[in-house]
Amino acid sequence: MSKQFTTRSRAGHQFSLQLLMQGAVLALILYLAYSVLQNTQLNLEARGIDSGFEFLNREAGLPIGDSLIHYEPTDSYSWAFITAVVNTLFVASLAIFFATVIGVLVGVARVSSNWLVNKLAAVYVETLRNIPLLLTLIFIYVVVLSSLPNTRNSWQLTESILLNVRGIYFPKPMPMEGFSLVMIAFVLALALCWVFSRWARGYFARTGRELAVIRISLLMLIALPGLVYLLMGQPLDWQVAQLKGFNYVGGLSFRPEFMALLVGLVLYTAAFIAENVRSGIQSVAVGQIEAAQALGIAPAKIMSRVTLPQALRVMIPATTNDFTSLVKNSSLAVAIGYPDMVSVGGTIIGQNGQAIEIIGMWMAVYMAINLIISALMNWLNARVQVIER
Amino acid sequence: MSVTTQVGFRTFIPQPSMAPPLEVSGAAHWAKQNLFNGWISSLLTLLGVLLIVATVPRFLNWAVLDAIWSGDGEACRVDGVGACWAYVGANFRILMVGIYPVAEIWRPVISFVLMLAVIWLTVSGKVKGTRMLACWLILPFIAYWLIGGGSLGMPEVDQSRWGGLMLSLLLASVGIIISVPLGVMLALGRFSGSPVIKLLCVTFIEIVRGVPLITILFMASVMLPLFLPQGMDINNLLRIQVGMILFSSAYMAEVVRGGLQAMPAGQFEAAKALGLNYRHTMFYIIVPQAMRHVLPPMIGRCIALFKDTSLVLIVGLLDFLGMLKTSTQDSNWMGFEAESYVFGAFVYWLVCYSMSRYGQHLENSGPQNKH
Repeated sequence: MSKQFTTRSRAGHQFSLQLLMQGAVLALILYLAYSVLQNTQLNLEARGIDSGFEFLNREAGLPIGDSLIHYEPTDSYSWAFITAVVNTLFVASLAIFFATVIGVLVGVARVSSNWLVNKLAAVYVETLRNIPLLLTLIFIYVVVLSSLPNTRNSWQLTESILLNVRGIYFPKPMPMEGFSLVMIAFVLALALCWVFSRWARGYFARTGRELAVIRISLLMLIALPGLVYLLMGQPLDWQVAQLKGFNYVGGLSFRPEFMALLVGLVLYTAAFIAENVRSGIQSVAVGQIEAAQALGIAPAKIMSRVTLPQALRVMIPATTNDFTSLVKNSSLAVAIGYPDMVSVGGTIIGQNGQAIEIIGMWMAVYMAINLIISALMNWLNARVQVIER
Repeated sequence: MSVTTQVGFRTFIPQPSMAPPLEVSGAAHWAKQNLFNGWISSLLTLLGVLLIVATVPRFLNWAVLDAIWSGDGEACRVDGVGACWAYVGANFRILMVGIYPVAEIWRPVISFVLMLAVIWLTVSGKVKGTRMLACWLILPFIAYWLIGGGSLGMPEVDQSRWGGLMLSLLLASVGIIISVPLGVMLALGRFSGSPVIKLLCVTFIEIVRGVPLITILFMASVMLPLFLPQGMDINNLLRIQVGMILFSSAYMAEVVRGGLQAMPAGQFEAAKALGLNYRHTMFYIIVPQAMRHVLPPMIGRCIALFKDTSLVLIVGLLDFLGMLKTSTQDSNWMGFEAESYVFGAFVYWLVCYSMSRYGQHLENSGPQNKH
């Protein structure tokens, strides 16, 4: 009885001690925050730096080389920042797409039974992964892209795609009257595909017969808008870049800064994704594949129905991390002068010294992008996990 | 009657065994299995060979056969010559130690030799466990003291003169050595029963992991001076080092968390049954086992941190990459960017690849394979 009492009182004693500790930590943090706030105020006053977000409405006056949305130096700081955020999102989403494609190809090559392909993929992965991305970026920008020919001797990759030291030029699609109908047909085809795939799933459940869902969907996606396009008399014009004076005008062009950033991010991240794909495929137990072979399932089906669903469980969480680090790595744009969020924000800090606000905005936007990516990938991950009974 | 004359029996004369059929052995068979197994495989092999033929001889010509190994910039500006490795030779000192005073260069050299010695002791297994850890813990401080000087008759060398590979290695090693214990504390804080500590740790880890390193470095270099009391000044290198440590510790915390979560509940229960308190449970039972589990990913983080040190170039420190970039702007050596960055890439690659091989070696000979 007395023993129980002592332990209980000791537990109570420990509990209050813990409470005291927590209170002390909290007080310390609050005190630190307070003193930091005060120091900051004093320092800002001493340096004559404003605080607050009023500066966002002022005229920016800074030029931005590439902008997807309309931007003039006379626009406000907030619009300049938004332009930069759009640039970051653009380069990051393109890079995620291409890095995934190349990463999966290299990852599959990494487990290939073909010795040469396997070794080439290994060399690619081990080289790119072990060199800092910043060095790769600067190398591509300073060495590779600056050795491209000048505008007069541009390389014609195809009839209408040009590559020179000023950038890459694609023909620009110019929709004419009636093109909106083609777009509507495309959306309609998408909706049809969705309905069809749902129906096919039900059909499979009822009858056990499988339909070639992917092939039929692809056919619909191509045929329906294609038919409308032809019926409307091909309402799409391509504007090709023309040499005027010393430079090409028109068309859809991307500057070397953008290309260097995109290529660097893609090559670097693809090496990491390839490793995820490799470890994912190798994580599938050999017995699973042997069992599928013993059941007489065709090799392509073994890949799509046995290996891949299990490999995805290993691949997706790791790849989520690689996607978020790709977005964060896009901030290295500042080193080669592509106007992303960090680069434009850095210029704003240089102009008005309001580092705290800008760094806060950077952090908020990056956190938001990463949260969205994580949420999307978690949703995907939840779909491929084993549903246990 | 002897056995040999018996009807139906013959003397056994051993014959040398036949060579295996050509189809299952030898180079031709290997090639058929590994290079030309089906038409897709054959096509890929062909493409691979084309790729190698198109790139490797050209690179070898440039980098080895036509390369210029000594002389000055003019010797390299002749038409038709390959890589100018004379550039690396001429700039070797500033690439390695930056603008560190020439007379004092023995100090970084000794630090480097000490580092090599510790690496050798670790890899060869001459020192293990606590003593190895102690070696690694002491090393960067000795290096800081030696390179910084200011005592024992060594003149002080200002940190603005530190640079090159020396600076990269210092930033990385100090970053790793301080961020590992910090990461362990953060990870333990994440599992803490106290909501205040838990919240603080989770917030810190998630914020740091959610933003790019470059914003943290900007924060350390531009924002930190605003937070400090007036008159208090920390030099730029130290501020950036602190930024790197904080950044790295959040990632280390996530690595350690993985190890802690992998610990079977029986370990906690057994410790509790033995009457160990929280501190003893963690530091004698859980953390040592967890650390052994997470050694490979931790080495991965070390590689990442070493690569990340190149970002300090953006906030104005001249680390190895910074020196590679600056040296190409020297008027005697303009236009040798390719040589500069290829050499830099090779050095980074060598360090990172060795670390990753060592990590693989640990993984294969790790504790999980022993029981």
